[in-house]
Amino acid sequence: MELGPYLLLATLEGAVMASVLALTAVGLSLVFGVMRVVNIAHGEFYMLGAVFAWYIAHWMGGHPALGFAVALVVAPLVVGAIAVAADMTILKRVSYDPERTIVATIGLLYIIQQLTLMGYGPEARPVAPPFNTRLALPWFEFKDGALSMYWPWGLSTTSYKLAVIGAAIVVLLGVWAMMARTRIGLLMRATQQDRDMAQAFGIPVERVYALVFGIGAGLAALAAVLIVPIQQAHYLMGADPLLLAFIVVIIGGLGSLPGTVVAAILIGLSDGIISVFFSPTLAKILATLLVALVLVFRPQGLFGARRS
Amino acid sequence: MLTLERVNSGYGRAQVLRDLSLTVEAGEILCLLGRNGAGKTTTMKTIMGLLPLMSGRVMLDGEEVSALAKHDVARAGIGYIPQGRRLFTGLTVAQNLEIGMQARRSAPEVLDEVLDLFPRLRERMGQRAQTLSGGEQQMLATARALCLRPKALLLDEPTEGLQPSMIAAIRDVIVKMRAQGVAILLVEQRVDAVLSVADRVMFIENGRGGDVMSAEALRADHSVIDRYIGV
Repeated sequence: MELGPYLLLATLEGAVMASVLALTAVGLSLVFGVMRVVNIAHGEFYMLGAVFAWYIAHWMGGHPALGFAVALVVAPLVVGAIAVAADMTILKRVSYDPERTIVATIGLLYIIQQLTLMGYGPEARPVAPPFNTRLALPWFEFKDGALSMYWPWGLSTTSYKLAVIGAAIVVLLGVWAMMARTRIGLLMRATQQDRDMAQAFGIPVERVYALVFGIGAGLAALAAVLIVPIQQAHYLMGADPLLLAFIVVIIGGLGSLPGTVVAAILIGLSDGIISVFFSPTLAKILATLLVALVLVFRPQGLFGARRS
Repeated sequence: MLTLERVNSGYGRAQVLRDLSLTVEAGEILCLLGRNGAGKTTTMKTIMGLLPLMSGRVMLDGEEVSALAKHDVARAGIGYIPQGRRLFTGLTVAQNLEIGMQARRSAPEVLDEVLDLFPRLRERMGQRAQTLSGGEQQMLATARALCLRPKALLLDEPTEGLQPSMIAAIRDVIVKMRAQGVAILLVEQRVDAVLSVADRVMFIENGRGGDVMSAEALRADHSVIDRYIGV
């Protein structure tokens, strides 16, 4: 096989990763943007989404699509509800103080992780994908001076992977529509810009915060439900997405949703391509180097507004 | 209409207001005068619930607003025009006004009434607040508060840094609101501006309430002003 088909394969793998990463990072970015809370426990909400997806698929039985469809709706809602409870019982008590919330969410990380270890156990468990048709992909070559199509051996993806990309795009458009077009989105943006004035104009800021924290965690959980048929659910699976989500959010610009999506595509694709051609470790090294360069030369991130 | 009863408040442990009491009647403009740091802005923030009350009460139209949740103060009917305007700068003019409209779920025609007071804003509805001129921003901050159709209006240095024509426009609106029976609490540095519009003036010094005088009496006798403001 030549270079071209390899590149297509790597790009597709990278696109799946970018989709899941974009959902996770947008959740993190939303929480930071509106609440100024650096949520270290974000990766654990992701993990909980995957674990709940396994439980739901396991209990439902029957056709894999049935359990998966229920998990896709129920797991993000349950994780979102847990996050809302955590917001009201923990973050509200420390008055959303930036330093204290970091410590509080570190604590939350360990609590969630250990409870999952005690309840779910240390095994990695798979969830069957709802559909998984192998799709062979064509490639082009010049034969006798004319462009012709052929199917290289090994160049394929699955219908499920394409569905993950599609689902992520739909959800991201939904988040954008919520922020830009709805009343609750307007209240969130007003709260983000000036918390005191939002309160002085009758916006129940604490309820907005609880909702935003729930939505942020729900997005992470949704990303995990989408990835669990590819990666399996494990109680330590939250660490990598957390790190990558932070990398993405810093590169994209803290609190900027478009920047976060662009950075997720950049990091996801480069990670996929570099992992295939070189090594996954090199991909992580380059991503971290990019963060360092962004912090030195453009501290507000690629799309972030400069703070006055 | 709006009453503060022996209010003590401040920032954390730093107390600013000490046993401050004042009353603004409906259809009256009461102006707070005092040196920098005397507690004028603190008084307004305390009324809005943005600073915690150590003791005392804030009453509006017989309702104890200081007992309400922070976000319910606006719903009780107090419109706030803060110092420095504090618009939602990334939002458009229309969205800023919508925030004002939703606070008390005002009827849609309120927006038209407010825009009739500030026709210039009507032309700028889709523009981001940060792209407006200083005068237009002050109009927007005022319009945002009027969208609540408030019973009481708090204005913190509304004419700061504005050109004379803008100052006149803002003042006209304040006078119009008084005619509609709104209780208006005004903080203003420029004494001449105060005396031309206020009904009564209350002096404030080190967080304590001082003399309360009619503006008429002050116009006749400037000596009290010199004593409190001391230029």
